[in-house]
Parts: sequence; C-alpha cells; structure tokens
Amino acid sequence: MHFNRKDLLGIQELDVSEIEFILDLSRSFKEINERTIKKVPTLRGKTVIHLFYEPSTRTRTSFDVAAKRLSADTFSVTASTSSIVKGETALDTLKNLEAMKPDVFVIRHSASGAPWQLAARTSASVINAGDGMHEHPSQALLDMLTILDNKKSLRGLNVLIVGDIFHSRVARSNIWGLKKMGATVVVCGPATLIPPNIDAMGAEVSHCLDQCIPEADVIMVLRLQKERQQQMLLPSLREYSTWYGINGERLKNAKKDVLIMHPGPINRGVEISSEVADGPCSVILDQVTNGVAVRMALLYLLGQR
Amino acid sequence: MKPNEKPANLILRNGRVIDPAQGLDAVATVVIENGKVVEVGPNIEIGAQRRGEFEQIDAGGKWVVPGLIDMHVHLREPGEEYKETIASGTRAAVAGGFTAVACMPNTRPVNDCAAVTQFILKKAAEEGACRVFPVGAISKGLEGRNLCELGELRASGVVAVSDDGRPVESSMLMRRALEYAKTFGLLVISHCEDLGLSSGGLMNEGRVSTRLGLRGIPRAAEEVMAARDILLAELTGARLHLAHISSAGSVALIREAKKRGLQVTAETAPHYFTLDEELLSTFNPVYKVNPPVRTREDMEAIKAGLADGTLDAIASDHAPHSAVEKDLEFEYAANGMIGLESSLPLILRLVRQSILSPLDAIAKVSQNPARILSIPFGTLAKGAAADLTVIDPEATYTIDARKFESKSRNCPFDGMEAQGRAVMTFIDGRVVFTAPD
Repeated sequence: MHFNRKDLLGIQELDVSEIEFILDLSRSFKEINERTIKKVPTLRGKTVIHLFYEPSTRTRTSFDVAAKRLSADTFSVTASTSSIVKGETALDTLKNLEAMKPDVFVIRHSASGAPWQLAARTSASVINAGDGMHEHPSQALLDMLTILDNKKSLRGLNVLIVGDIFHSRVARSNIWGLKKMGATVVVCGPATLIPPNIDAMGAEVSHCLDQCIPEADVIMVLRLQKERQQQMLLPSLREYSTWYGINGERLKNAKKDVLIMHPGPINRGVEISSEVADGPCSVILDQVTNGVAVRMALLYLLGQR
Repeated sequence: MKPNEKPANLILRNGRVIDPAQGLDAVATVVIENGKVVEVGPNIEIGAQRRGEFEQIDAGGKWVVPGLIDMHVHLREPGEEYKETIASGTRAAVAGGFTAVACMPNTRPVNDCAAVTQFILKKAAEEGACRVFPVGAISKGLEGRNLCELGELRASGVVAVSDDGRPVESSMLMRRALEYAKTFGLLVISHCEDLGLSSGGLMNEGRVSTRLGLRGIPRAAEEVMAARDILLAELTGARLHLAHISSAGSVALIREAKKRGLQVTAETAPHYFTLDEELLSTFNPVYKVNPPVRTREDMEAIKAGLADGTLDAIASDHAPHSAVEKDLEFEYAANGMIGLESSLPLILRLVRQSILSPLDAIAKVSQNPARILSIPFGTLAKGAAADLTVIDPEATYTIDARKFESKSRNCPFDGMEAQGRAVMTFIDGRVVFTAPD
C-alpha cells in the first residue's frame, strides 16, 4: 500500500507510486459505475461535506455521485447558501462544520492555497477540489486515467496543453503529474496567458500551435474565460480562436490517434470547434465518466482512514 | 514621555561606544548630565565630591550606541487601536532598542491635517514610551488628488510627507508635491508602486508565484515608480526618500541617481534582506507584505546596497494587523508584518556576516535616518539629548512574538533563533526599557 496521507491536496506532493496506486484503484471502481445497482457499502456511516467557495457543477456533482455510490452521507455548503455570505471566515465555517464530526471535507476555493491552510486546521481529511490557479488534483488524475485508457503508457507521450495556462489549475496539476509519469508536456498559448518561469515546472513553452500539433499524442484544450479580454490579456476572442482555437482544419496535421481532451465547461467556437469536441478523437465525456471513478478512489482512500 | 523631577545624571562605563556621527568605535565612558551627553571618552573621572550625583552603570561587554531611530512604522492610532496604539507601539519600539519612530499617515482619519498631527503628538507626549515624529500625507485622504496643506502640517510638527501604503499615481501630483514641499523644507517619502502593474498581485512574480498559482507583483511595479520619482526629483531639485526598497533593480536605479548627485535617499526593511519568496510555499499570510519579499538575488542586491551606502537606512515598516486581517486565505489577508521588536538582531546579523561594520550598521538606524528626517538625534555628540541604547551583541535567544509589547503578533521572525538585543534603552538619560533576564 502506497498511500498514507490525511489529505489529498495536490499532485505536486504525490510520488509516482502514489499516483499509480490511485489510478489502479480508480480502474477497479470504474466497474461499479457500469452496474445496474451502482452502490457499494464501503463508506457507510461516513460523512462527506462538500465545501464550495466557487461555483461548480461538474466537479461537485462528480464528487457527490462518487461519495453516494460508496454509501457515504454527503452535504453541500456553497458560497451562496451559507453563512459565508454573512461574513463568516472560511476557518470559522470549517471549525463549525468540523464540530459536526465529518470524515472528509471536499473543498473548492477561488483563493490559491486555501485547502492547505484549512487542512492544517482540521483533523478531518481534506480533498482539494480545485484552488484558485494552483491545483486540481482529481482532474489531473482523471485526465491521466483517460489517457491510459487509450495509450499504453504515459512515459514518452507528448502532451500539448493549449490556451490559458496562466489562470489554469488544471494545467499546473497536469504538468506536475504528467512530468512525474514520464511524459513530455508542451504548453502553448499567447505570451500573455503563459505564466512566467513555467519552464521551471518542467513544461516546454511554445507560442505556435500549428508547429506543436503534429508532435502531439494528446491535446488538452483549456477553457478560455471571456473576461480575459477585459484584463488586457487578449485583443478579441476572434483573434484568439484564429491562432489558438482547435478545429478540424488544424487537426489535419495531427497524429491519427491523437486524443482531444477538455476539462470543461467548453466554449464551443472559441477554444474548440464543435466538430472536434464531438468528433472521433474527443474523449471529453470519457473524462467525465472517469472523474467519478477517480473521486471514488480518493474518497475511499481518505474516508477509510 | 512624562517629565521627571530628578535630573538624569548617569555614567556608563566600559561599554564599546559606537557613534557613527563622530566616527567613534572604542571602549569609552559616557557621562550624562541633566539628560544630555556631556562627555564621551576614555578614563573620565568625576570628582569624588560629585560622584554621588551620578548613577553608575557598568556596560562592560556591551555596545553603547545612539538611541535607535526607526523612520518607518505604522502606529495605527487614531482609528485602528485594536491593532496598535501610540502607547503599545512605542513600548514595542523601546523594547527593540528604538528611542524614536516616524509614524506613517495612513491612520483613520488620515494624518492629512494639523488636527490629526496634533492629536498624535499629544498622545505621544502623554502615553508614548519614545519620541514620535509624525509623517503627514501628501494628498488629502491619501486619495492622490489634491495636495494637503503642507505648510500647516510642517508647522504642526510633521517631519516628512508620504502617501505610504499607496503610491502617488499621478506624475503631475508627485511633481507638484516635490516642488511644493521644497517651500517648507519638507521631505517627500515615496511608496514606489505602479498600481496597474501590481494589480491583483499577492507575492513576487516569478518561478514561485507560478508554482503556487498566486498572482505576481513584478519587480518592475516598484522600479518603474522609483525611476519616475528619481527623474522628478531631478526635475524639481527636491529631496526625495524612497521607502521599503525590495528589488535589485531599484537598488541599481538609486545607486545611479546618487552617482549623478541627486538628493535621493532610500531605506529597506529587515525582511527584504532576511526572507525570500520560497517561504510563501506554505501559504502562511504572515509572509504577505507589500512590496513582497523577493528572491535570494534581490536579498543579495539589498545587502550590497546597504554595504556600499546606496541604501541609507533600515526601517522596519512595522505594520501591525490582528488575526481578523491576517488569519484568512492568503489572497484575502492584509499586507504587512511587525518589526520593531525583531529589527535589531536582524541588523546585527549583517555585522556578523561582515556585510556591515558595527559603525555602518548603527548608522542605518541612527545617524542616517536622523539626517534624512532633519531631526537632532542619532548621535552621542557632546550636548546631544542622552538617547541611547545598550546592546548585548552576544545574547542568544528565540524570538517569541507572544512576549512582544506590540498589540499584534504578525511577526514572520517568530520562533527564529536570534543573537543580539537591546538590554537598556534611555531617553533624555532616563531608562525607558530594561530587558528582563
């Protein structure tokens, strides 16, 4: 057994054997999701609280489905429905919820680092469901699982991450995870959306998408938030999709077995065209399916503690 | 300070007397009469008949230096007394070896008029443990729009003006401030920050900010404004002081400005030569400060700037905050750290590292800030007020913020092993602080 942690906060702190262990475990949970009765008693009597300081549909639902399929009792506290709007600090909210004796907190927060700060102050387990621009470990794990469903190994793969790297926790967690597993990671986007010194994390940087595409075994397309125009990062969405939008024309130069991935939600016609998103190379919905299995594995590992 | 009945007559013997203003570093005796320094020298003998009038202190093994001056602190009164008061902040000062502080105007209300300045001075006279020199605002309400009545502020007792905490964004307003301040011989202190460039930034921009997913503040945010203000000082012929310098590039700009003979001075803070950005990896808001702590290369450049005199002064930028502002998500936590009770050992560390001589180190917190602020302190010259600090340079201990006089606990040096501390602090020849054993 290679996993002995109170919390699952980031990919950066995991070693290769831990990642492999989680992925193996996730594969065994995938089968449960295909049954007619999709429920096992593994976490019966355990309490999982989803503490979400940022809007989320996919991730919160995925964690909730995962917890319920393991028979845990789940509760959701979100920024709009809670004392958060009354000015209670995150730490006070955590302490109050902790007093109700939960076993696992699943925390999403718009402030980078918040799950680390909160995990240090509670004896319950914490799973980071995404913090600011920092980490989104369950997403990187489900991405690796999805790649491995289609490729023999991560070692030696060329993974191209396209778009708003600067603001992306998905990009950061994937860079750490994929590099650890032996893949090459290239990040591509306009210079305004590439954070400084990203090469220190092990990623190669390119500003020319058309040069990168032929080499790529996997293309991860990131969501482009429309607000980025107002922040002087982009002149227009039109110019962005001209140079960095993934479409059928561009993919003519891609490897035949290239995988197209996207963490969602997608902006059709901006960073990705519908023909690609819905096309034969796309594994976007497989990512979502795998997300439930990966989160079952994480809840199982921490909830069993 | 409370007026005292008995004249303060004192003889300190056997101490290593370090007075940069006189270029003195020697074992000597200091004689204080009626609160003034009357003589400093070897083997001074007071006649037997007068010996009873003097208290005698053996300072063997200790340094005897001019009362230290911290030219950049936030005392938070009026308005945020839950963080610090003039009473608690000045108690922290004397406990750290400081006999004078210059307090920044970003109180509530802002110190932008005579009434607030007079309030601070009155409070300091009644409750303060050390001398307090208020710094007035440049612009009304620190809003960066209209100049304060600098003449009246000067007449009320401010020693300088600054919008510290915020930059003066308008180049025209900064030009006018420098020109108009000249009229009254007032020093302008600049908080160098281009708010557009730093906008949303939480830490130094670079490798670590990218890794932590925290928005960065590029060095250029400071350097662009340092360069602008240096050029405006040249244009106007005014005196300019740059506060809390943190980056290698700023040090280079100031060095070049001094080479050209401009009347530019600058200060840095102990955290900029002691802490680097890697410490933020735990997301502990105690390390959040503006300008941010930067890289090891910047720390080295700051030390080099101190060593060659480019950086004239060391000031703590003592910025008290309570847990309400600090015990939050890193992004939401307030900027600032307290420093009055941890500055001295960090400065002495530069002496042990042979970056500064004892004379130069003491000058950065006595003679130089006194010269920059044009206040008649920071020396043990004959006739000077007997403000002095006795330092035990060998004392080793662990910095313990829980024992601080400050009301706040946001000290990044808490728990650090330190060497050297103030053991006695005197103002006008009277003991205002004695270290507990």
